[in-house]
Order: sequence, then C-alpha cells, then structure tokens
Amino acid sequence: MTTAQTTELSPKNLSDANERNKRRQGFLMAFPAYAYLLIFFAFPLGIVVVYSFATRNRFGGTDLSDWNFDSYIRLNDEVLRNILFRSFTLALLTTVICLLVAYPFSYFLATRTPTIRNVLLVFVMIPFWSNFLVRNYAWRVLLGSDGPVSRLTELLGLGETRILFTPTAIVLGLVYGFLPFMILPLYASLERLDWSVLEAARDLGATGFQTLRKVTIPLSMPGVIAGSILVFIPSFGAFVTPEILGGGREVLLGSFIVSQFLEARNWPVGAATSTVLMAVMLASALLYFRKGGRTL
Amino acid sequence: MTDSGNTTAAVTISGITKRFGDVVAVDNIDLEIADGEFFAMLGPSGCGKTTTLRMIAGLEFPSEGSLKIFGDEVGTLPPNKRPVNTVFQNYALFPHMTVLDNVSFGLRMQSTKKREAASRAQEMLDLVQLGEMSARKPSQLSGGQQQRVALARALVNKPKVLLLDEPLGALDLKLRQEMQTELKSLQRNLGVSFVFVTHDQEEAMAMSDRIAVMNEGKLLQVGPPSEIYERPANRFVADFIGQTNLLDATVEDEDHIILTNGDRLRAPSPHRPGTSVAMSLRPEAISIGERGSTPAEHEATSLVGQVESVTYLGHAIDYVVKIGWIDLEVRGDATAGTRRFSAGDSVSVWWDRTSDWVVAD
Ligand SMILES: Nc1ncnc2c1ncn2[C@@H]1O[C@H](COP(=O)(O)OP(=O)(O)OP(=O)(O)O)[C@@H](O)[C@H]1O
Ligand SMILES: [Mg+2]
Repeated sequence: MTTAQTTELSPKNLSDANERNKRRQGFLMAFPAYAYLLIFFAFPLGIVVVYSFATRNRFGGTDLSDWNFDSYIRLNDEVLRNILFRSFTLALLTTVICLLVAYPFSYFLATRTPTIRNVLLVFVMIPFWSNFLVRNYAWRVLLGSDGPVSRLTELLGLGETRILFTPTAIVLGLVYGFLPFMILPLYASLERLDWSVLEAARDLGATGFQTLRKVTIPLSMPGVIAGSILVFIPSFGAFVTPEILGGGREVLLGSFIVSQFLEARNWPVGAATSTVLMAVMLASALLYFRKGGRTL
Repeated sequence: MTDSGNTTAAVTISGITKRFGDVVAVDNIDLEIADGEFFAMLGPSGCGKTTTLRMIAGLEFPSEGSLKIFGDEVGTLPPNKRPVNTVFQNYALFPHMTVLDNVSFGLRMQSTKKREAASRAQEMLDLVQLGEMSARKPSQLSGGQQQRVALARALVNKPKVLLLDEPLGALDLKLRQEMQTELKSLQRNLGVSFVFVTHDQEEAMAMSDRIAVMNEGKLLQVGPPSEIYERPANRFVADFIGQTNLLDATVEDEDHIILTNGDRLRAPSPHRPGTSVAMSLRPEAISIGERGSTPAEHEATSLVGQVESVTYLGHAIDYVVKIGWIDLEVRGDATAGTRRFSAGDSVSVWWDRTSDWVVAD
C-alpha cells in the first residue's frame, strides 16, 4: 500500500469509481425493464388505487372527484367479510395441500441424478403448455356427474360422486393449477441444500425424521415461504377456477371483484377490494423477505 | 501397535469392498484400529479414504465384508445407531443454529434434558477455547473456529471412535500446525480412538501412532510412521512417503542387486534372483565426497558420478548426482567447514548399509 499515497489513485477511490461505473451501466441495461414495469405495472396499479377513492355515479360510471373512503368502509360489510373469510380459508387449504404434496416430491426430485431431475421438471411444467381455462374445463369434464371419476366410483359401488360445483372441486382445481408454483421454489431450495449437513445430523444420532424436522425443513424454509406465497396469493384472488369448477355458486373474492366491475358497475368498490388484496400480498411478501428470504 | 493383542479392537474391518457402479472405491481391505489409537489414513486423491471412513460412520454401506466396532457387527446399522462421530471435511455445521445448539445437537438427540445438554456443550466449547462464541452462528466464525466447533460437536457425545476427514485441510499452514498439536493432545487426554484421514504425509507422520497407506482402493501398508518411512512395503509407499530416490534394479543374489547401468551394490532383499525391484534411498541418508574418498566400510554401498546441479537451501544443499543415466538426489551438509561441490565435479556417494531399502514393484 506504500505506492498508493496519492488520493486520486488510491485503491479505495479506484474501487469506488468502479462501483459507480458498474452501477451506471447496470442502470442503463435495466432501463427497458424499468420502463416496462413503470408503464404496464406501476401506472395501472396507480389507477386502481386512485379509483378506489373515487365515487360511483348514478349511471354506473365513476366520477373522478369527490374523493372519499366510502368504498373501503363498505368493505366492512357482513357479506364481504364472509367472502373474504371463505376465500382466505380456501386459499389457506390450497396452500397447505400444495405444501404437503410438493415437499416430498421436491425432495425426491432434488435427490435424483441431473438427467432424471430435468425430465421430471419438464413433467411439472407440461400443464403450462396448454391454456389455463382449457385445463379447468377439462377438470369440469373429469369431475362432472357423468365424468370418469363419477363413473369409477359408481363402478366400485360407491355411488355417483358430486364433487363438481363444490368447494372441494375448487380446492382441487386450485391445487392442480398452482402446484408447480410450490414445487419449483421448494425444489430450488432443497437442491441447494448441503447434504453433508443432513449426514452430520444422522451421524450425531438423529433419526431420519428428526433430521427432517430439525435440519432439512428449517434449511428449506426460504423455499417453503416463497412457495406458500406464490400459491396463497393467486388462490386468494382466484377467479377462473372458482367460476368454472365452483360454478359460481360460492362467491369468492375474485368473482366479487369481477362482478363489481362488470355487473354492479361499481368500480370504486372493485378497486378498493383489489387494493386491499394487493396490500395483503405486499405484507406477506415483506414478511417473507424479513424471514430470511434473502437467501433464496 | 498401542495395545496388547487380546483387548477388543475399536474398529475391525475384514474383507471390505465398496463399489459405486463400476468404480471399486475400496478393494478388499483388512484393518484393525486399536482402542485409544491415533490412526491416520493416507493416500492420494480418490484412493478411497473418505469412502472407508464413511463406511465406519455408517454413511455408506459396504458391498462386501464385515465391519465391527468394539466387536459388534455394524455392517448396515444406520449412522445414528453407531458409537462413532465424524468431523466432516467441510465441517458441515448447521448454519441455522447457534454454535451452542450445534454442539448440543447430539446430546439433544439422545434426549438429554435441554439445560444439561447446554451446560455440557458449553463445557466442551470451553475446552476448545470457544466458550465466548456460543451465541454466534457458524457463519460468523473463522475457518479455524468452525473447525473447533465441529470437533466439539462430535466430541461432546463421547464417541468411542472419532472419525476425522481431512479436518485441517482448509486451514492455513500456521493454524494447521497449531491444530495438529491441539488435536493430538486432545486425543491423548480423552483416550478416544481417532481415525484421521489426510493426504498430507507429514501431518500423518507427526500425529499418528499408526498409518495406513492406500492407493486405488487398496491398502498397501499399515504400520507406525517410522516403519512406513524406513521400511516401505512397495515402490508406491516409498515414493509417496517423503522424498526418496528410487533406483531400478534386478536382484542378483540375496545380498546384492544390479542397477540398470550395471553397477553392483550390496543390498539384502528377500526377493528371488532376477526379480525387478527398486532400491529406495533417502536423499538425507547419502553422504557425498570427492571421488575415491569413500570409507572402506561403505565400499559395497557406494557409487561414483558427476554433480549435475546444486541447489542451495540455507540449512542444506541439494545435489543431483548423475550416475550413468541415473539421477540421484543427495542432501548435503551446509554447515561451515564441509566441502561443497559444484556442477561438473566428480564425486563419490555412499550410504550406511541399513539406510537403503529394496522394494518390489
Ligand atoms: N457416491 C459415489 N458415487 C460414485 N463414485 C464414488 C462415490 N463416492 C466416491 N466415489 C469414487 O470412489 C473413489 C474413492 O473416493 P473417495 O472419496 O473415498 O476418495 P478419497 O481418498 O477420499 O479422495 P480425496 O483425497 O480426494 O478426498 C473415487 O474414485 C471416487 O470417484
Ligand atoms: Mg476424501
């Protein structure tokens, strides 16, 4: 460090300059992405928030004046509270089922050889190759009163199954639709696991189950949390699946928002509901980053 | 051999083979490790050291053979049912637990009460001089400290055998030497058998009661360091342990061999006449002098040649002496007053008749 006496060229200044340069370059490269996010994401989001404070006029339009909290106050309505509660329960149930199904599968996946992993990962992704709507209608056929599932139970003497248009069908559809969102982050975190740590646990006298509980699960927590958020959030606001597999009998949050916009023509209430939903999502995402999500 | 023959060995390995698909990682090994012994397993990369250790730990099951720990067959017993603990090469500390929780983990698994486990873990941490660090996470420790946590985490369970897989591999030289001394005294005080894997032969020499040298899955020689160094069982061991000259030769009779350049030397060996062998000669065991200055009693164990190169090392001088087409490394004295040679000088070299050692190929 004896040569670096001059302030201009001291290593620290140099590295600072490098840092600045890198940051500037990084910003330039990310600019299209920023612009995209701003135009297609932040801007519409802002409109939704603005509308939630506006007033519906008599003709079903929205007056962008007279700003108030009425729409939010109306959310405290008994009907909406029920809808929120139902949506929350179903989303929670979906998340828990996804977690229980995806964890063993991801663990299995992470312990295979790279070739088998890739093949299995492709299988996980295959459903995405067809349209979400189409896949939901496929389930409708499968679960219908003269569909294969019902036929089978009839054949086995268990009588006809009436799953379609029940909460069970909704949860089934949601689990089916969002399972990959649970599998992928779980797999990512399990795959990066240092297996020698699990061996160390066994070596120190832990049984397989104790190792799972004390070491594997805690270490894969970032994946568990990320997957849970990725499943819970879309399930909470889901519209397509509850409509198609639930037959719209059970009004859930997604359907409620859509109906506020399209049928009731009450954009402010629809916007307010959406804003609350987004706030919940934001809160859970923040919670995730707090809980060591940085390591993902 | 630290113990008399009739006490039960800590680990008894008989006819163990381990295959991974087509790869034979460990090839028909027989080994006995005594109770309270510091036992080193030495060999080049990929020779099967780790695999052997993992079989003792139960992290890998042998394809063939029998493995006993204190007389009990443990062949396919899972690791948690064996009275051994391991210090892993990369330490494998639990990153989500504090140092104290790491060390008390084993005790908790044996359903020791939380408070007692914590106090015993704390004692063990004090022993490895990390008492102050118990509330930290492993990531907040230096490499050497992590290494000691790993050691404490294993030792707190009072294992009958402690397995260490290159535990000092990641440390710098100074810390390494410190830890060698610490490990050795810890082992002596606790009286536990240590099975220590390393590919550093000096480390193995310095620390162990006995050394096993492996290559390509085979056990080549087991014995105390001096025996391995002075009486290597074959060419590989001679070459692997320390620096040595290996001179190709053919056995003439039970007392003599003939080098490839035709020189005849006195070197007793049990091999049949005509066998091709190598004579191992340590550079420091060879004396160098002016041509014709060989003392009479060393006449039968001497050669003449020319100094090819000289490397001054401060405390010693390394010569390469050319004998015909054979290069012989000689470590000469550099103390004041001794004759020094330079390249091109004609010299005689000789050695004591007990310092050479003939090995079969
Ligand atoms: N799980 C495995 N699957 C396939 N081959 C393996 C496996 N584990 C080890 N091997 C092979 O077995 C041989 C011995 O490996 P091992 O890890 O025991 O060597 P080592 O002596 O510990 O080497 P190093 O000094 O590099 O750690 C190597 O050829 C290795 O490639
Ligand atoms: Mg190894």
